[in-house]
Amino acid sequence: MAEPILEVTDLVKHFPVRVGVLFKRTIGHVKAVDGVSFTLNKGETLGVVGESGCGKSTLAQVLMRLEPPTSGGAKFEGRDMFAMRGAELRKLRRDIQIVLQDPYTSLNPRMTVGDIVGEPFEIHTDVAPKGSRRRKVQDLLDTVGLNPEHIHRYPHQFSGGQRQRIGIARALALRPKVIVCDEPVSALDVSIQAQVMNLLGELQSDLGLSYVFIAHDLSVVRHLSDRVAVMYLGKIVETGTEDQIYERPTHPYTQALLSAVPVPDPTQRGRRDVIRLTGDVPSPINPPSGCHFRTRCWKAQDICATEEPELVVRTGDHPSACHFAEERTVV
Amino acid sequence: MTAPLLEVEDLHVEFRTRDGVAKVLNGVGYQVNAGETLAVLGESGSGKSVTAQTIMGILDTPPAFVTKGAIRFHGEDLLSASDDRRREVRGDGIAMIFQDALSALNPVFTVGFQIEEQLTVRRGMTRKEARARAVELLDLVKIPNARNRVGEYPHQFSGGMRQRAMIAMSLALDPEMLIADEPTTALDVTVQAQIMDLLRDIQKERDMGLILITHDLGVVADVADRIAVMYAGRIVEHADVYQLFRAPGHPYTESLLESLPRLDLKGQELKTIKGLPPSLTNIPSGCPFHPRCPRAVDVCRTEVPANHRLGLDRTSACHFAEEVVSRG
Amino acid sequence: MSDPGASGAGLEKAAASAVGDLSHVDDSSQKQGKPRSLWSDAWGELRRKPTFIISLVIIFIVVVMAVFPSLFTSVDPRAANLDNYLKKPSADAWFGYDVQGYDVYARAIYGARASLLVGLFSTLLTVLIGSVVGIVAGYAKSWIDSLLSRFGDIFAGVPFVLGAIVILTTFNSPTENPSATRIITQVVLSIAALSWPVSMRIMRSATLVAKQQDYVKAARGLGASPLRIVFRHLLPNTVAPVLVYATIALGAFIGAEATLAFLGIGLRPPVVSWGVMISESRDYFQAAPHMLLFPAAFVTITVLAFVILGDAVRDALDPKSR
Repeated sequence: MAEPILEVTDLVKHFPVRVGVLFKRTIGHVKAVDGVSFTLNKGETLGVVGESGCGKSTLAQVLMRLEPPTSGGAKFEGRDMFAMRGAELRKLRRDIQIVLQDPYTSLNPRMTVGDIVGEPFEIHTDVAPKGSRRRKVQDLLDTVGLNPEHIHRYPHQFSGGQRQRIGIARALALRPKVIVCDEPVSALDVSIQAQVMNLLGELQSDLGLSYVFIAHDLSVVRHLSDRVAVMYLGKIVETGTEDQIYERPTHPYTQALLSAVPVPDPTQRGRRDVIRLTGDVPSPINPPSGCHFRTRCWKAQDICATEEPELVVRTGDHPSACHFAEERTVV
Repeated sequence: MTAPLLEVEDLHVEFRTRDGVAKVLNGVGYQVNAGETLAVLGESGSGKSVTAQTIMGILDTPPAFVTKGAIRFHGEDLLSASDDRRREVRGDGIAMIFQDALSALNPVFTVGFQIEEQLTVRRGMTRKEARARAVELLDLVKIPNARNRVGEYPHQFSGGMRQRAMIAMSLALDPEMLIADEPTTALDVTVQAQIMDLLRDIQKERDMGLILITHDLGVVADVADRIAVMYAGRIVEHADVYQLFRAPGHPYTESLLESLPRLDLKGQELKTIKGLPPSLTNIPSGCPFHPRCPRAVDVCRTEVPANHRLGLDRTSACHFAEEVVSRG
Repeated sequence: MSDPGASGAGLEKAAASAVGDLSHVDDSSQKQGKPRSLWSDAWGELRRKPTFIISLVIIFIVVVMAVFPSLFTSVDPRAANLDNYLKKPSADAWFGYDVQGYDVYARAIYGARASLLVGLFSTLLTVLIGSVVGIVAGYAKSWIDSLLSRFGDIFAGVPFVLGAIVILTTFNSPTENPSATRIITQVVLSIAALSWPVSMRIMRSATLVAKQQDYVKAARGLGASPLRIVFRHLLPNTVAPVLVYATIALGAFIGAEATLAFLGIGLRPPVVSWGVMISESRDYFQAAPHMLLFPAAFVTITVLAFVILGDAVRDALDPKSR
């Protein structure tokens, strides 16, 4: 039975754009996340896909409470996440952890791997008594497929894929329930991506983890996700199970996105549905009125500029934020 | 059988650093004909970019040294040509576009100026003529409002537009061949699709040879005619695109294809390639792939595999090439 | 040499890039081996550089000179014998005698102490003040940053020599003769007061970049306190550019001491320092060039040694040049 562990409602994060020498004044806002709602169930992976500027990384930061939201709420296991303070917040930190994108900057180059993976225990001293920490760190390294003997080595002595594993070990240390993965394999070589993806999959089934898996690579997202949310300019435009989104997308952006991804099969040349968007993604400082996607959409009509489409079920079996949502098999 | 436009033969390049000598290229050879797209596929450290830079003559020497080999453009060996001759060929015969347009374009000059400069200096055009041609080129790469945008600076363009501007710049002297080094890796997927369409159209119109350097097998499947797969500074497989995907002839290619998550399939177990890419200062003996190869046996460790012929225009550098191919 | 601020200018940018760029081209398995921190890597590289060795030797000699001057000369630097008025260098006195009959060589040796002390403490104080303000400015909220940066700008805007003249003449009128400790302290404070903005900017720049790194985000995500982040994550990664600045600044401040002494507002007799010696030689350059040449040579060589040391250290710590 699907049991929600994380429920996000109307989450908004706007960054003010400030100018000035001594006293800065605000001249506008970057609407990075502009009203996002979704549910993550226990033990499942929710994939969040989108291109640059869609706000998915900002979403990760806000969920991790690294940035305060501008408005909106999120509930973790039924409790209000953003209201937590002090001891309650500390406990929350143990339950939600993050794996970051860049293996070269996600580890402090001046700390040994043992210190990096052991830092969670130093911050949350009640989780592991001092004597057992070294053992726990070595166990964690082993869990992610690294040699526990390498506990005294420094990050630059490891390859990119191995560094990602170290980052995953650090995230696992406090036995979290939810891990936010912010583009965890994007910076890795193709042959290494598979290793790390398999690791994430194994860990999920072994430890009962729930993932918010953020990525721009649709093939990677499909492989690991149970449900998927497609983001564009700060909003979720379509959401559904992996099967629904990839086989029966209804939002024009999702369709264009799927059509644009090249498939490693030359026999598909000329056979696939070709949808090409014009121009680049608009700036999140001044998103188009009404439906943010209308400036690049081939279906756009007057109503798209005046009325913002809500994310509800229109045609088919899953919610879509388009006035003219229509099923189309692209893949 | 027309002579190839560009022929790289047995190229060896070393990087001499204080940590040792890195053998970056160990006998690279491929050919490109006019109107053909050759995809050079490889991961980081495979040597694919270094080969392109050697062709263009833009390697930093030192620390890079070409120790052996030839690069023939229309039959003329560029490596033994003078610096002046290589400069002539650059832009005019062979042009190159890069992954990061922001650092490849000079930020202190307008996009228009960077295109016009080539025309006024190399083609002797007047300012007016060059400006008109620059606008034409920007139009060709589908930059809207080209007449106004020609006076803007690179940072005023968005990522996809900048890439287009870079393509326009590379076409200024009507080169016969274009080398595109990971041209879309840094772009969003919808923009990537636009740029790849553009490259394909331009190539067809001008019957240019195109070398596409990439690590993305999807892009390769969409666009390439022939593929050269590189590993540790060597070409391990050379094949027609359909042949390669249907029945790969080298274990590395095979493993790569099996480790890819597919957009159109779900739930397949991702096979991984164990181990890590080799260090170029210490390339494994025999076949460089042997520490990671599921089929490796003793001979793989001791003997460097030759290029086995698997058919017309198809080779694979594996002792068991025939077996690998027939598995597919 | 009179404006030590000039040495910090280029380092600010370098600081930002040194902290941010740690990517490697060759993502391979060969990096494994014994645990090697970035510091030990840098040290290993430095040990092999001849310029580093030479500059280190020179500095070592100067330090020994300052601590154990009697190892270099048995002559008393305060023994004045007017019979030797302006005598040229000879076998008895390698650097000759000055206008009051002092042995120039002996004074040069004993003078090393004061010069070095000024250089050392000025650097320590400058780096300390600058680092603290710099880290706070880099890490705290933007209005605090603005305030501190503008405050630093005020000090940075004062030309060094002018500022030093004003400060030091306020402390002492030109005819006063303060004790050695007092005047050294005053000179050190003056130099630090006018130079701290440079080290502040370097530290701030490095902190701003370090703050953005993913490992800081990860630490915050774990619930690390700001203190832990500053000491465990920011400081170790921002110390390198400041270290490079410090080595170069040490040399520059020794030169500054000479300038201030020459102007008559810094160290003065009976304190012996290279600057004082240069100052005293002012009117006798034509008649007795040896009075000027030798202390000036000592200053130049020492400053050069520090600059070369700083260069070598920067190259060794710069991940991009690997």
